Amino acid sequence: MAPTSDPQTMQRSYLWQDGTLRSWLLTTDHKRIALLYMASITAFFVLGSLGAALIRLHLISPTGAILSDETYSRMFTMHGIVMVWLFLVPSIPVTLGNFLVPLMLGAPDLAFPRLNLISWYLFVMAGALVVYGLFRGGLETGWTFYTPLSTDYTQGRVLPVVAGVFLSGFSSIATGVNFIISIHQLRAPGLTWYRLPLMLWALYATSVIFVLATPVLSITLVLLAFEHVFHVGVFDPALGGDPLLFQHLFWFYSHPAVYIMILPGMGVVSEVVSTFCHKPVFGYRFVAWSSISIAAIGFLVWGHHMFVAGTSLYAAVVFSMLSFLVSVPSAIKVFNWLGTMHGGAIRLDAPMLYALGFIGLFTVGGLTGLFLASLASDVHLTQTYFVVAHFHYIMVGGMVSAYFAGLHYWWPKITGRMYPEMWGRTAAALLFFGFNLTFFPQFLLGYEGMPRRYATYPAQFQVLNVLSSAGASILALAYILPLIYFIWSLFRGARATANPWQATGLEWRTSSPPPTENFIEPPVVTHDAYDYAALDHPAPAPQAEPPHV
Amino acid sequence: MTWLPAASVHAGQVDILLGGLLLISLAVLGLVFGLMLLNIIRFRVGSRVPVSAETVAHKSWRFEIAWTSVTLAVFFALFLWAARLYVVGFQPPSGAIQIYVTGKQWMWKVQYPGGQREINALHVPLGRPVQLLLTSEDVIHDFSIPALRIKHDVLPRRYQSLWFTATQVGAFRFYCTQFCGIGHSRMTGTLIVLTPTDYANWLGQTPASGSLATRGEALFIHNGCSGCHVSQPYSPGADDTSRAPSMVGLYGSQTMGPDGQRVKVDNAFLHDAILHTATVSGQAAAYATQMPSYRGVLAEEDLAALIAYIQTLSPSRLSGVGMSASPERKGN
Repeated sequence: MAPTSDPQTMQRSYLWQDGTLRSWLLTTDHKRIALLYMASITAFFVLGSLGAALIRLHLISPTGAILSDETYSRMFTMHGIVMVWLFLVPSIPVTLGNFLVPLMLGAPDLAFPRLNLISWYLFVMAGALVVYGLFRGGLETGWTFYTPLSTDYTQGRVLPVVAGVFLSGFSSIATGVNFIISIHQLRAPGLTWYRLPLMLWALYATSVIFVLATPVLSITLVLLAFEHVFHVGVFDPALGGDPLLFQHLFWFYSHPAVYIMILPGMGVVSEVVSTFCHKPVFGYRFVAWSSISIAAIGFLVWGHHMFVAGTSLYAAVVFSMLSFLVSVPSAIKVFNWLGTMHGGAIRLDAPMLYALGFIGLFTVGGLTGLFLASLASDVHLTQTYFVVAHFHYIMVGGMVSAYFAGLHYWWPKITGRMYPEMWGRTAAALLFFGFNLTFFPQFLLGYEGMPRRYATYPAQFQVLNVLSSAGASILALAYILPLIYFIWSLFRGARATANPWQATGLEWRTSSPPPTENFIEPPVVTHDAYDYAALDHPAPAPQAEPPHV
Repeated sequence: MTWLPAASVHAGQVDILLGGLLLISLAVLGLVFGLMLLNIIRFRVGSRVPVSAETVAHKSWRFEIAWTSVTLAVFFALFLWAARLYVVGFQPPSGAIQIYVTGKQWMWKVQYPGGQREINALHVPLGRPVQLLLTSEDVIHDFSIPALRIKHDVLPRRYQSLWFTATQVGAFRFYCTQFCGIGHSRMTGTLIVLTPTDYANWLGQTPASGSLATRGEALFIHNGCSGCHVSQPYSPGADDTSRAPSMVGLYGSQTMGPDGQRVKVDNAFLHDAILHTATVSGQAAAYATQMPSYRGVLAEEDLAALIAYIQTLSPSRLSGVGMSASPERKGN
């Protein structure tokens, strides 16, 4: 059907058209920028994972196995900051999103290609500053920077780290603006809003949060830096400030940031589930609008991080109710994915296994979120390992599974090569089991009352901690394996066809890998998204229909 | 590994709530994984049962509305259940024993009304309500007692409160659960619940240099409070409140807040008033001389003693007040 990526397609592709280092570093091609980003966030992911490995190794013993209290505190601070701002927040949007938004729109590039390149340079500078701060001096505040600990009671390198996070925010905003404008302006003829792939709805919602929430973080960090350096009383009560003000501002960004991390993953899963069931997504409009409502309600739930912080009882009750409300659209998505599977033609290739893993683990993460949205149970469980387990189920079980689903799914499109399927399935299974073994025991630890961020702990918690550390070693294997076979596939993988999964979507209509200009002929859209009937029985001469939405 | 004990009625109620949440979660998980497996088995490539696209589209609205409303209803019920328990859990009953707990990097200092003090240990009697008045001398800490299923952040220079009635004799761990620096994991201690007789014995055997209120009275004079504030009902000049409000009968009464609203004089109010009068009292401006701030002059332990003393000047109102934070005052 479609031409395979013969050597000639490879030559024409964005990968090889100009092979100089200069052409890569000064590229404005969204696909190359996506790869630059991919290399950077992979490096940060490895760094953050090494931190996690040391943490889990240390916690094998109740008295702490390898690190001093100080190094342990610096290690979990490093793990949190690197993973949140240098991996999870950018992850899918800047890699798969950057690569796919123009392709899915049928456009040659994003609306602002240079802004896109600038955002990568900002990100790299941000990463360099953070890493400099964390390794030349270190920081022991946790990724949450709670005041007055971070402003007046730390010897750590607050300034470079905060400056780095501040800078990474501008990179996020640039990406968000670019996506929003591209989706508004660059849709191919016939590509109406309700024909957009659900990935684009998810990325649109994500971009809105990038643009609206990130400035609040930037302002908060500036205030924090002012208090730290000039002792201006903003947050420290000893200087006349209010420590809860920091928490309100911080979570006003950082809770929506959770949706920055998970919404793109939901977009990936919608694409993958549909393709591997060969069936349109059940309740397309509900799934699309659930992304938007998550983004909207997500701005109104920050107070659930503060149920025991000393805010008013009334505020706690209202925030609890809103937190239950924000989980409804997520539940809608899960039910719709299951509805999509019903009556489909299900293939269990690696991307689908990762996507199914996402659905299961995200559901566990969501349900345990109810334990924390419920006021009286939150009082017992918050600030314990229950919370650690809960957000790792969303961030790692959910988000990382979805990222891997997307990487495997679009790998043929990105590289023109197939990954080895058997190894892909093995890694997906390892991730699922390793993850559960690592984090499920932490729910029990949390119920038993083990506080988070403890360098040492009472001996009664050891069994569960050792189980968790054992799981982490399997999890490490599940990360290393794809790294190896992805690199292997670049040289030895089977050459990919234009549409190896029989998927709909414009990105599959161009060659794998695509040419620099994306499409030799600008595409015209004549069908809804996920119209497999049209794919399986193509009409002889497709014609453009006028947009009807 | 021993299972976590439930050492209060509230702890048992939280466990029932957790059990309810767990059952609902298991049901949903069973549904999700069950449907996933059924779909995979039934609709794998090769065993295809074709479904016409039109029936699906036709049915989809009904499905969407059904699962959205069921989810909403279940969530709303859970919300109400948990919120009720939480609100009740933060209202202390009258007549609670007030114990002052001060966190600092990295220890807990505990002061009893009788003047006894200890570090990283908290003794309470069985079956009597106890109210902890929590504050910090440096960063934010959190006082957490898993066996009672309660915790609360401990903020610098501000009172927070936790209350409980222990129903089980024994020793239970408490922890700092808000990261407070590198010694965080060493900031733990033991809650010891004694029978009332043992508790009385323990209080008797523990050395105390005068009760908290006695120490507070000395501080009241020593720091010059008595120069302006009346504290003796029948002494000469006892009706002279021209320079400052009288302390007699003040605790538990209503006064005016900074924005003219009515506020109750409780532990948190007195604490804040001593440190920075103008920000909590709307009446400060009515007096010719402004009260100086005692921030940096009085340690948290001194403040606790002063407040205990001021409480004794309103004996009729002593019971049932002192909740650190009526909802209006907790906000920031």
